[in-house]
Amino acid sequence: MMGSDAVKIVAHHPIVWFTRRIFSGVVVVWAAATFAFLIQCVLPGDRAQIIINATSGNVGLASSAELAAINAKYGFDQPLAIQYGKYILRILHGDLGESYQQHRPVAGIIAEQIGPTIILAVTALLLAWIIAILTTLFIAGRDNMWAKLLNDTQVFFATAPPYWLATILLVVFAVKLRIFPVIGGSSPAGLILPTLALALELSGFFGQVVQNEFTRVLEQPFVASARARGMSDFGVRLRHVLRHAALPGITLSGWALGKLLSGAILIEVVFARQGLGGVLVAATSSRDVPIVSGAVLISAGLFVLVSLIVDLTYRLVDPRIKLT
Amino acid sequence: MSQGRPQPVPQQPDLLTVDSLRVSFGRAIDEKPVVRSISFSLRPGRCLAIVGESGSGKSVTARALIGLAGRYANVHARQLSFDGTNLMGLSDRAWRGIRGNEIGFVLQDALVSLDPLRRIGKEIGEGLLLHGAVSSREELAQRVIALLKLVGVPDPETKAKQLPHQLSGGQRQRALIASALALDPRILIADEPTTALDVTAQAHVLSLLEETKTRGKALILISHDLAVVSRVADEILVMREGEVVERGNAGQILKDPEHPYTKQLLDAVPSGRPRGSRLSPSTIVRSPARQTQPEVQSPPKSRPILLEATSLVKRFKGPDGTLRTAVDGVSFELRSGETLGIVGESGSGKSTMARMVLALEEPDEGAVQFAGRPWTALAERERRARRRSLSMIYQDPLGSFDPRWTVGRIISDSLSSDVEIRRKRQERVIELIDLVGLSQALLDRRPLELSGGQRQRVAIARAIAPNPAVIVCDEPVSALDVSIQAQVLDLLGDLKEHVGVSYLFISHDLSVVRQISDRVIVMRRGRIVDSGATEEIFRNPESEYTKSLIAAMPRLVRDHQIGHSATILEEGIA
Repeated sequence: MMGSDAVKIVAHHPIVWFTRRIFSGVVVVWAAATFAFLIQCVLPGDRAQIIINATSGNVGLASSAELAAINAKYGFDQPLAIQYGKYILRILHGDLGESYQQHRPVAGIIAEQIGPTIILAVTALLLAWIIAILTTLFIAGRDNMWAKLLNDTQVFFATAPPYWLATILLVVFAVKLRIFPVIGGSSPAGLILPTLALALELSGFFGQVVQNEFTRVLEQPFVASARARGMSDFGVRLRHVLRHAALPGITLSGWALGKLLSGAILIEVVFARQGLGGVLVAATSSRDVPIVSGAVLISAGLFVLVSLIVDLTYRLVDPRIKLT
Repeated sequence: MSQGRPQPVPQQPDLLTVDSLRVSFGRAIDEKPVVRSISFSLRPGRCLAIVGESGSGKSVTARALIGLAGRYANVHARQLSFDGTNLMGLSDRAWRGIRGNEIGFVLQDALVSLDPLRRIGKEIGEGLLLHGAVSSREELAQRVIALLKLVGVPDPETKAKQLPHQLSGGQRQRALIASALALDPRILIADEPTTALDVTAQAHVLSLLEETKTRGKALILISHDLAVVSRVADEILVMREGEVVERGNAGQILKDPEHPYTKQLLDAVPSGRPRGSRLSPSTIVRSPARQTQPEVQSPPKSRPILLEATSLVKRFKGPDGTLRTAVDGVSFELRSGETLGIVGESGSGKSTMARMVLALEEPDEGAVQFAGRPWTALAERERRARRRSLSMIYQDPLGSFDPRWTVGRIISDSLSSDVEIRRKRQERVIELIDLVGLSQALLDRRPLELSGGQRQRVAIARAIAPNPAVIVCDEPVSALDVSIQAQVLDLLGDLKEHVGVSYLFISHDLSVVRQISDRVIVMRRGRIVDSGATEEIFRNPESEYTKSLIAAMPRLVRDHQIGHSATILEEGIA
């Protein structure tokens, strides 16, 4: 009995849980790397030819001598297993390859550009949460004119495409009212419109999810219990209901951040912002495969990190969850 | 338990006065009255019980007393006052000063009435913080521990740090009462405080309420169960469909009820009545007259064995990774035409055993034989053909119905496939719905449109549709009001004779099991602690555990001394 108790305690120790999560995260990233490698191999067209075209900017066919030189340089003439082994080894050393077009390490290019994209996505996520919670706190379970109006606004934002919203925001606030700069650069003022464009859609979506749950929880007996203790309506909403209502939203946050990262790429193009968006669009259209697969790897790593954060947050909010 | 305590002083002024309270929901045209006219007054140290079935308006009445009848409720009263303060038209702020502080409210079912995400201590301390009753964190912690001690929760320091789901049902209910008592309110309103609790937990909670009354608090106890109320109440108010049908001194009402409805409620309480006697007035089985008292008294040993379980063992892996033995070497047999009652508190392993008998769960050791042939040892493919001879009735029929199906389709779906012709199928469905005492008009309804009792009848019709040899009933009446419970129990008894079926009847309620069973098994922590003929077990229980269960059974205390305390606890066995 004592032995099994010890095992039990060890299995639930946060460090054990954390190690297990890190390990499974590594597996996810490895799977993504393998996938990226296989995609390179099965892509139509000869890889050496693609590299020559990307490097020179010409579309003509290269001579067999040129192709052989490239094949030897990138090791395409070796068996797949060896290519794969070398590829994984390189990744372990932090080397994501070299851009065909820019002749620079991919890791460096991504590192330069990813900062603004992450800042944009994370601020948008936080803003979406703040808007969703504030509106829900005031409108859930009430049926006055304001509640109806705000609810309809939420639905409108949830269904409006962000790039369209971005354009509208740009025209109204930057071109007509001239409150914010048209081209943001990386100044804080320039961050506001792109963040809004991304966050509004998500805030509508979160708002609807949270509000749905909020209305349900408001009718729960434990809420009536709190009222019977003399708690005010706002106190009940803030201290009892919100925590329950936020749970499904927290679960969705991991997914939302992925959506925001891809949304950010479009928004960056609309606002001509610096970031991963421009680089990726250019790399995809010129078949600069190392950049694209590098981005795949990085986003896989980001996802692992985000889901870890989501799980930790969930545990903070819902103490019934055990770390398993 | 609490005899010889001081009498309440009769001259004390009324603490709460209610005159012609009316509550309705909705606006003008479709206004639906829920409470029509209710009047009473309450003095310190006295207990008023409001008794009625679900939908009688008793809970709405209670909520109206603390101004929480709901957004859509219209509350009117000639007078509604607490200690001289008029409660009608009170501002929200003024109400908050009274709630929790002057009037404590205990909602039913502590599992959902305590915030599942907050620790017990925090929940209990909430009222103290809201009304500014404590000045420091240390004081708050001390008060919380003291409250938990007051309500008799063991190991209060640990429990205060736990979440509601980590406490047992009885402890949870007591913690909920502690949270209502936190500010020492002068009135405590308890809405069905013992429903859904095991008998022993129920007895504890009732003693706690009695003590509260002894400390000079006024108590309003709301329940559908007269047996529960009979122990604590000084005055009883019987409600039906929003109206008071009878009110008066508890002793008098329990001993000599005037209104037929009160009599009906009293008769529905199964405790202390001879086995097999009818609980409900109406005859339920209408079609082919049942034989008058057939009592096929062939010696039970000579009847063929239908189900035989030998040394069943089932272990589960808990959420923390440890193995827990839910059923630990249980053997029994069920003979044809017999009802075997299985009693146990929650966690005793009775439901796990039922699942093994139904071959929904594979035993780790041991086996179940059905009609003399292997049952649990078979592969599901071989079992399927015989599954129809083994039916099931659940505690919550609603969860076992497809909400989109009509009642007719639900019953027809479980008819054996050899009734091929459509018309004949329809005839059989009508026959079945008749048999369970429901009108044919209900065949087109959907489960959500039925009452709790009607749903359970449909579940019974579905269970007998394939002509099973055995029906496993898992807590079939515990979610029902006493009077509905009585009707369903009578129906099950009638059907046993009428269609010749045997029951494996699982319940935590001893009085219900006593009413329906021929033999009884008492389970505790996965083992059988007592077994034998029903009356034998109830008169002469062998194990201490069974004795304590029987002693804790709520029973009607009819011998109230008029005007006196309502708390004469029957000792021993009736």
